[in-house]
Amino acid sequence: MISLFHFSRIFAQVDAGSVHGNFQVDAQYYQPDSLIGAPKVPEKFLSNAFGNINYTKGAFSAGVRYEAYNNVRQGFDPRYKGQGIVNRFARYQTELLDVTVGNIYEQFGSGLMLRTYYEPGLLYDNSLDGMRIISSPKKGITLKGLVGKQRYFFNVGTGIVRGGDAEINLNELLDSLLGKKKTRVILGGSFVSKYQADQDPSLILPENVATYGGRLTIIREGFNFSTEYAYKINDPSLDNKFSYKFGEVLFSSVSYATNGFSFLLQGKRVDNMSFRSDRNESLQSLLINYIPATTRPHTYSLLALNPYATQLRGEIGGMAEIQYKFKKGTFLGGAYGTEITLNGSLANGLKHIGVNDSLTSQYYYKTRWTDIGNAYYHDFFIEINKKFSKKLKGTFLVANQFYDRNIIQFAADNAGYKDLESTIGVIDLTYKYKSSSTIRIELQGLFAREQDMITNSNLVAKGNWAAALIEWTPTGNWFFAVYDQYNYGNPDASLQIHYYLGTFGYNEGPHRIAVSYGKQSAGIFCVGGVCRTVPASNGITLSITSSF
Amino acid sequence: MKKILLALFALSLFSFITVSGDGGKIPSATVKKLDGSKVNSNTFSNNGKPIIISFWATWCKPCKKELDAIHENYPDWIKETGVKLIAISIDDARSSGKVVTDVKSKGWEYEVYIDENQDFKRAMNVNNVPHTFLIDGSGKIVWSHNSYSDGDEEKLYENVKKLVAGEPLSH
Repeated sequence: MISLFHFSRIFAQVDAGSVHGNFQVDAQYYQPDSLIGAPKVPEKFLSNAFGNINYTKGAFSAGVRYEAYNNVRQGFDPRYKGQGIVNRFARYQTELLDVTVGNIYEQFGSGLMLRTYYEPGLLYDNSLDGMRIISSPKKGITLKGLVGKQRYFFNVGTGIVRGGDAEINLNELLDSLLGKKKTRVILGGSFVSKYQADQDPSLILPENVATYGGRLTIIREGFNFSTEYAYKINDPSLDNKFSYKFGEVLFSSVSYATNGFSFLLQGKRVDNMSFRSDRNESLQSLLINYIPATTRPHTYSLLALNPYATQLRGEIGGMAEIQYKFKKGTFLGGAYGTEITLNGSLANGLKHIGVNDSLTSQYYYKTRWTDIGNAYYHDFFIEINKKFSKKLKGTFLVANQFYDRNIIQFAADNAGYKDLESTIGVIDLTYKYKSSSTIRIELQGLFAREQDMITNSNLVAKGNWAAALIEWTPTGNWFFAVYDQYNYGNPDASLQIHYYLGTFGYNEGPHRIAVSYGKQSAGIFCVGGVCRTVPASNGITLSITSSF
Repeated sequence: MKKILLALFALSLFSFITVSGDGGKIPSATVKKLDGSKVNSNTFSNNGKPIIISFWATWCKPCKKELDAIHENYPDWIKETGVKLIAISIDDARSSGKVVTDVKSKGWEYEVYIDENQDFKRAMNVNNVPHTFLIDGSGKIVWSHNSYSDGDEEKLYENVKKLVAGEPLSH
């Protein structure tokens, strides 16, 4: 492996194309902790690692990715076991014709019908192993076609996925007529179908399931409108309890932005839109499409303690956000200006009207666009960003969240938990005492109104929380952080636990090493100037990332 | 435990042995302009002057800190070196609608593109954001840095100046 990397360096210097790659190892030494529910790990030491090597020369590119799990870290799917080359591709790219064979990442529109995507932090990889052709026969027209099977751990899934997409940029296509117009219009349409044999002894299942839809984007100066609709024919699956109902989704967004002010409104309605290349799969396996959540992803840990995920079975929701910057020299702006963000998001279920034909065992139900079901989630927050002086900056945030734990965490209408409503406050101060030396302090509090009926589960965060972080960056290269998340309000006094985490690390150019010790809760985790998605853990963790 | 430490040592050694083999051209990937049109990354140019490519996301606090810090000095940087900053958002469909509102309400004058399915991020082998690259006048990637802490923008600018003056770069 080392000689391979050396080889790549030599290769890169001779002008015969270029080689780039990256590499990441996350290894953890586990300590059992019965109090927080961290089990005894027989191997004691687990690691996830991957390396990508890409070669580019002119219109040609190719790459491979090797992954190794010996064994996979806690919190990930144990079916990631062993090692091997899981991704390889070759691509020849020109304006007229762009052909890829091998593992393909593609997104049609906003992904409602097809998105193959890779997120190593989550071990999410639903790449399509097959062939893709992209063609732009005329300026303003993009046509795409693809076929393949999806990655399934160290193999591919059983179903075949094929699809096509067309996008027309009217201003580019009709350049002489519209090229100089301020209003830009882009139209698109997709068709995606999957094939999986019906081997069910009792049900007659559709072997070919199609989804199709269209999209429109209109942009005029600061104004932005985009909408996409997709329809799916009946697709009985484990996700929808083998219902023969069709699926549909509408996702729209409108925004206006000018210097110092912006407004964003997003809305969506999803009904029975889980779309997988294997109807018996669950969790994050073999998903063909992606329905984005219309809630804001948070990076402060207590705000992200109860995060929302789109309910593919059915949901209606939306988000509105206003951002405003008080200019320098005004009363509220002070010497450096003040930024303020107001954000509110909601997600509700759909009301199901049952139509259950038990004779044919074809389970069916109806929904209406005007019938909104129970609240699943809301998040309202106000965030203020303020620079006080050349040395001191701060972020202040107050939020109110509502969280239906039964639905979001356990995907059940009644798993026995009560809804959680919480108020969360964050103070984040950065003090720059020398040109590249800083101290950052974060204080967070979560004040909950909930009384869980099930008190003996470590899966459930209970009661009030407080959290504090001190991060010290003595030079741009080194960083040290100490974090404590304290569940001081747990109704069970023996579970009022401190989740300590100490981290230090070193950055140089594109290389980074970090070592941490302690207990970590799941979420998007930001430390030492980098954000990534991490699972819950306990023990010593070593992370190395590098790219070249 | 000894074995583990040994393994950790070997791993850390490994990562340093692979230190930067930069010198390639910007790889080709399709990214989206804020007006919705598509652009190939291999067409990025700045008339023979250096380019900074900064990968960021609307949910990434350090990324926005970095772009804010550069924003304060950007007119001077352009005047002194002619450098151009290209900001690549890796927001997916969930938050890509927020890219234009963030950019405009912050008043950033950068050239901004959205890399919605992360094709360019993968082609550039970016692990995490923020990740900043420096491209020389001939379009070659000559320097890169992962992460941001306050003051890093000054080091970046030192390297931009060195690049313009033809001096060797420092990490």
